[in-house]
Amino acid sequence: MADQPFLRMENIHKRFGNVVASAGATIDVRQGEIYALLGENGAGKSVLMNILCGVLTPNSGEIVFRGAPLRLGSPSEAIRHRIGMVHQHFMLVPNLTVVENYLLGKESPFAVLTGLKEAAARIRALSDHYGLDVRPEAYIRDLSVGERQRVEILKVLFHGIDLLVLDEPTAVLTPQETNRLLDLLRVLVADGKTVIFISHKLDEVMRVSDRVSVMRDGKVVFTTDTKSTNPRELARMMVGRDVLMDLPTKAATPGRTVLAVENLHCNNDIGLPAVRGVSFEVRAGEIVGVAGVSGNGQSELALALAGLIPATEGAIKLNGENIRGLSPGEIGRRAMAHIPEDRHKLAIVLPLPLTENVILQRYNQAPFAKGGLLAPEAIARHTRDLLQRFKVKAGGVDSPIQTLSGGNQQKLVVARELARRPDFLLISQLTRGIDIGAMEFVMQEILKQRELGKAILLISTELEELFALSDRILVIYEGRIVGEMPPDRNRLDEIGLLMAGNAPAGGAVRPPLDEARL
Amino acid sequence: MKRSSPLAVPGGESGLAVADENSPPLGKMGQARLLHWATRALKAILPPIAAVALALLVSAALLAFNGFPATDVFTIMVTGVFHDVRSTSEVLLKATPLILIGVGLCVAFRCSIWNIGAEGQLYAGAIAATAVGVSFAGLPAWLHIALILAAGAAAGAFWAAIAGLLRIFFNASEIVTTIMLNYIAIILTDFLVTGPLKDPAASYPQSAKFLRDLWLLRFLPPTRLHIGILIAVALAVAAYVFLFRSSAGYAVRVVGINPHAARYAGINVPKNILLAIAISGAMAGLAGAVEIDGVTFRLYQDISPGYGFEAIAVALLANNNPLGAIFSGILFAALRSGSELMQINAQVPQVLVFVIQGLVILSVVGFAAFKRQTARPAE
Ligand SMILES: Nc1ncnc2c1ncn2[C@@H]1O[C@H](COP(=O)(O)OP(=O)(O)OP(=O)(O)O)[C@@H](O)[C@H]1O
Ligand SMILES: [Mg+2]
Repeated sequence: MADQPFLRMENIHKRFGNVVASAGATIDVRQGEIYALLGENGAGKSVLMNILCGVLTPNSGEIVFRGAPLRLGSPSEAIRHRIGMVHQHFMLVPNLTVVENYLLGKESPFAVLTGLKEAAARIRALSDHYGLDVRPEAYIRDLSVGERQRVEILKVLFHGIDLLVLDEPTAVLTPQETNRLLDLLRVLVADGKTVIFISHKLDEVMRVSDRVSVMRDGKVVFTTDTKSTNPRELARMMVGRDVLMDLPTKAATPGRTVLAVENLHCNNDIGLPAVRGVSFEVRAGEIVGVAGVSGNGQSELALALAGLIPATEGAIKLNGENIRGLSPGEIGRRAMAHIPEDRHKLAIVLPLPLTENVILQRYNQAPFAKGGLLAPEAIARHTRDLLQRFKVKAGGVDSPIQTLSGGNQQKLVVARELARRPDFLLISQLTRGIDIGAMEFVMQEILKQRELGKAILLISTELEELFALSDRILVIYEGRIVGEMPPDRNRLDEIGLLMAGNAPAGGAVRPPLDEARL
Repeated sequence: MKRSSPLAVPGGESGLAVADENSPPLGKMGQARLLHWATRALKAILPPIAAVALALLVSAALLAFNGFPATDVFTIMVTGVFHDVRSTSEVLLKATPLILIGVGLCVAFRCSIWNIGAEGQLYAGAIAATAVGVSFAGLPAWLHIALILAAGAAAGAFWAAIAGLLRIFFNASEIVTTIMLNYIAIILTDFLVTGPLKDPAASYPQSAKFLRDLWLLRFLPPTRLHIGILIAVALAVAAYVFLFRSSAGYAVRVVGINPHAARYAGINVPKNILLAIAISGAMAGLAGAVEIDGVTFRLYQDISPGYGFEAIAVALLANNNPLGAIFSGILFAALRSGSELMQINAQVPQVLVFVIQGLVILSVVGFAAFKRQTARPAE
């Protein structure tokens, strides 16, 4: 592990119109280390890494890789220099198998015909070597999010790389999958690879990285050995002030029942039962958390409540009216707002401007529409208002929402849904991709909604988020509610046991968080 | 594949930057606005112009290779096409159906409905227009004309809606069904003009001729140019307002870009698919009616030289923007007239002319695909 810089990106500038994404960022990465990159939403982390991996070209600045200047025009050129990136949004073709995906875009278009067997053997060998459980013949569409991520990582390894860049790899993973990923990173480094890792989760950064840099406003403002820092300092460096990790909360004063779910059943997208007889209530002025290892029916529960997938049995009563079988539009008009977990698929329309994303559900309602025509002034004013209130970093209200950083997109979605003044708020993965400073703010906004007497269902795989916000926590396991717990961190073990399907009083228990370890 | 951000063009920056200044003097503001719009317009029209230029360049090489001096051929084309009022009016006459259909296809394509069946919808419109035109004698002329056009649009919409319904209820690809419906409409026309609609007095398979009173108004005599072109331009503007300024058009676009988000937002996806394909069918049917009532005055076989297919390229070249379709429609009409002149005045063989037309379409479609690839999301 030589100390001479393995990679140096120096004084990188990148502008998009009037938005400065990179304002002279400089980083040094040493061979064989895990290097973490932190920063607020929109600080320029993804842009800097996209420049490194040939997706974007900088306006100015220099990249020196292994002692030679590097100029990349495309991601495939980066691969040729043995630099690979796993983007936050997966780039796999769902209707192809793993091995077919790997051979796509390789040198010869006939590789898919001739090299399939050989490639599959190599994938299997690599997968065994790193303990990744990737089957070359599996179709991408049948894989879970965690599996897809391993497929993405193995894909980069398959193409042969020495420098691996991971952009918020853990944002979509469960704690178990995260542990597994962090273990994998250590193995990769032991194999001589170098890893750059972006995350908003300070504990992961503390656990796995050797060195860490903090970006702010397109510059690197702080770099240190991970050993000689702590989460508090990192948070302060990111946000410029101390971040409250614990929100002061008053006890809830629940009022009337707003949502009542009775014996709800529904299937997942391949027709197997996912929610199997769930009953609960959410009352005005309370936040009910739903905890569970992902894949235990909570995604389907949310979609069924929103009317996006059919419930096969049971009733969903919103303000006393059974809304089961109504369309998402009809349900939305009955004062339900929904922050979905799959932001890119459901919540936003990537190429459309911020303005047209902000009116997604209200495109034909006053004041955003008059006499069948859109009212651009009113829409722009409302958009500016939301951007300002939620401190969303954006070029202008007319820029496509895809030009926003991931966290800023999420903030805008939250802002939009809260602005609809719902009675019932259905939230999945509230803080996915949001930095810790913004997380504090967004959580406070949710608490304000509670004070306003809204009923809130908060589904999350992040226990921290649930502890910070919930008044009570339902634990879901294999499509059933298996227990209700107070949001008490001291009883974390009990919740963990419930999440793993063990009754708390049960005798022989296995440690829940280790089941998916390598 | 090289990716340069579409937003990184220097012109785009100045507009935004100035708009952000606190209180610029009014004159400067106006200037900046103008500059902003000018650069935006420029950026919008440059790629299609480049596409056409590229195709013409390759065509020139092809002509030269085959022993035709390219510059002479192109001079003959351009001077011939825009030689005088008459030749120019002939271009606009050909542009009329291309614009009408192209505008409708902009709406369908914005909804991601790949309607390849405009040709058949044009025939359906022409059949209905003819049926109405040769009956109802004694109606006031203005009402009769309105009925002819309405019948054409309705028939086109109906023909397209068949494909729309098959898509919605049986998930049948509209690409396949609209192509099959093309054959049905064209063969139905053959049958009608040899049978039920045949003019008993004529020896050719054709319908009876419309009464003079029913012909669309020619506003530039002695040329054949009729008010169809004005209708086309007016509807292009209307379609633009619908797509980009109205709530209903917004819903169509959201369905086209992300149907999952549309459902999440409470937009009725099947309804909008049906609406979009019906609008494109109505425009194609109207084009058929306008051809009958403005140019041929009767129905016969092969009344369309492939307008329905060429209009696909018209819409693509316009980037599915109805206002752009006015210009790309005129361009394709000019190419069509020009290639006739190539044959007649420069003795370029017809196959070569076809190759050149094909090159233009290929390069237009290629540019559209290229743009989709480069405009992928940032994260
Ligand atoms: N294609 C683009 N066009 C315009 N602006 C862009 C584009 N890509 C990124 N930006 C802007 O550059 C800035 C930095 O974005 P970047 O995606 O690097 O942030 P980030 O640090 O990764 O944030 P997050 O934690 O939210 O993912 C943001 O303000 C963003 O809006
Ligand atoms: Mg990012």
